[in-house]
Amino acid sequence: MSASTTLTAEIGAPTLFGRLRSWWDDVWVMTRRNLIHVRRDPMQLSDVTIQPVMFTLLFIYVFGAAMVLPGGGSYKQFALAGLLVMNLTTSSVGTAIGLISDLSTGVINRLRTLPMSPRSILVGRTLSDLLAATLCGAIVAATGLVIGWRPETALPSVLAGFAIALLFSYALTWLNTSIAMAVSSPESAQGIIFIVVFPLAFVSNVFAPTQGMPAWLATIADWNPVSAVAAACRTLFGNPNPSATIPAWPMQHPVEASILWSLLILIVCVPLAGRLYRHRTSD
Amino acid sequence: MNDRMMVEAAALSKRYGETQALDDVDLEVARGSILGVLGPNGAGKTTALRILTTLSTPDSGRAWVAGHDVVAEAAAVRRKIGVTGQDATLDELLTGRQNLVMVGELSRLRRAEARRRAKELLELFELTDAADRMVKGYSGGMRRRLDLAASLMMRPPVLFLDEPTTGLDPTSRQRMWGVIRGLVADGVTVLLTTQYLDEADALADGIVVIDCGRVIARGTPRELKAATGSQLLEVTLEAPHAGAAEALAAFSVGSVTTSDDGRRLWTPARNEPGLAVAALRALDAAGALVDDITVHRPSLDDVFAVLTGAAIAPEPENVRVPV
Repeated sequence: MSASTTLTAEIGAPTLFGRLRSWWDDVWVMTRRNLIHVRRDPMQLSDVTIQPVMFTLLFIYVFGAAMVLPGGGSYKQFALAGLLVMNLTTSSVGTAIGLISDLSTGVINRLRTLPMSPRSILVGRTLSDLLAATLCGAIVAATGLVIGWRPETALPSVLAGFAIALLFSYALTWLNTSIAMAVSSPESAQGIIFIVVFPLAFVSNVFAPTQGMPAWLATIADWNPVSAVAAACRTLFGNPNPSATIPAWPMQHPVEASILWSLLILIVCVPLAGRLYRHRTSD
Repeated sequence: MNDRMMVEAAALSKRYGETQALDDVDLEVARGSILGVLGPNGAGKTTALRILTTLSTPDSGRAWVAGHDVVAEAAAVRRKIGVTGQDATLDELLTGRQNLVMVGELSRLRRAEARRRAKELLELFELTDAADRMVKGYSGGMRRRLDLAASLMMRPPVLFLDEPTTGLDPTSRQRMWGVIRGLVADGVTVLLTTQYLDEADALADGIVVIDCGRVIARGTPRELKAATGSQLLEVTLEAPHAGAAEALAAFSVGSVTTSDDGRRLWTPARNEPGLAVAALRALDAAGALVDDITVHRPSLDDVFAVLTGAAIAPEPENVRVPV
């Protein structure tokens, strides 16, 4: 905002810290408001609570029965990290839906006439969705533990795996925010995001090792960020990771690749979403 | 810039595609007064309000609110204004109190201060009983009141109200008028849009009439009424009489209209003292028996109809006189 200098001059606290502080206050108010929504309408959370349990059980028992891993190992041990990443990827769609329904009500007009930081509306949404994603990850892990999945490394390494998955999920919420800002209705957002998100989640090593795919598809899958994140989690959990034998750079360095992919998405989508938001809300 | 003016707009224009939503509009609202922006649906009232409240930017022209340019100093303007939109801008899943506290915190009030102010406003607007229920279950009148309360959280010196009583029942409407008058008495400056002439008449110190994006008239309610220059003379006869219309024509400044049954006649008439008595004598002299005679001062409805040429739906059996 070109007038932010005037604003802070009036408040009498033009320090960077003061501005960050009030920005963070706005973000936190918006995050809290989204969490109240979840409490009032708990079914909003079905995609991070019921769906992960369902997917985890379905894929492990339906696919797992027929799956033989190259290099051996239990499918259950292999699949859990993949399901973690798959669930986090698909549940990030909720961000777009939530934002578009905000934009379609009068609430956004009131917020825009307040002396708040405009971007905190977007940041608040992604933060409340990060909390939802954390819940989603915990539920996948708990489901896995109940049916016999076991990480085989020390706790810090396991937590690092979850952190990498959540970082990627957070990056995807910004991708979806950009898409949400670019389309007109919740229906078209859902349509476009499924076209983007489903191939992203499925053309990967999430459910099955890429070695069995046609060569061209395997190449795409090996460079898919979702594959890197799943491989990183498998490595950090000490679970079977057949991708380790694939020479593609991201499969040789899955942790680095996951972090780089996430940062790349954030660097592109955070400013993009802000610009699209301003464009959409100005006339 | 004039220090007395809390809202000032100069030559605002805004086009949406083929539609010229605003065309060279000037507005002024003095500190502590109410300006009513009057016009039919689609006249450009909301567009003007959106520009003044920083939601939209003009294609050309400039505007200042509380001394700040609405485009270049939008953030400063937002610290000075309260806005109540046409659509309730409330969060349905939050309670009334949570809505107010959220708006307060986003308006840079501290949490404790926001809570205190919310409590105060909930009491003022008689919403205390419903304060901790979700807004989803509120009636139309309650939403309007909560919406206005939200606009008042940070005690803004300038308040913008977009059709604040549209859809309210008469009691809620009177109550809203009372609240608005109270705010102005406390020194708040108000710009309100309305389709209701009686609302502008009852509340506003000044009126601007907008049609098709242009200001077509401005002045006090009294000045606007005087501008039509005539009053309406209406007589009801005991029975139709052939000479009655001719007798009334002597007072007419337009044409005399006769109802279908021939008993009622009306005409715009010169503004002169003793009009009713003179007309009665003339009718008597013509041999017409008069049941009833009235002289209407023009209402803002009449003014509005004249200015916009808008066809206000005539009441049954009561065709409006062309003036």
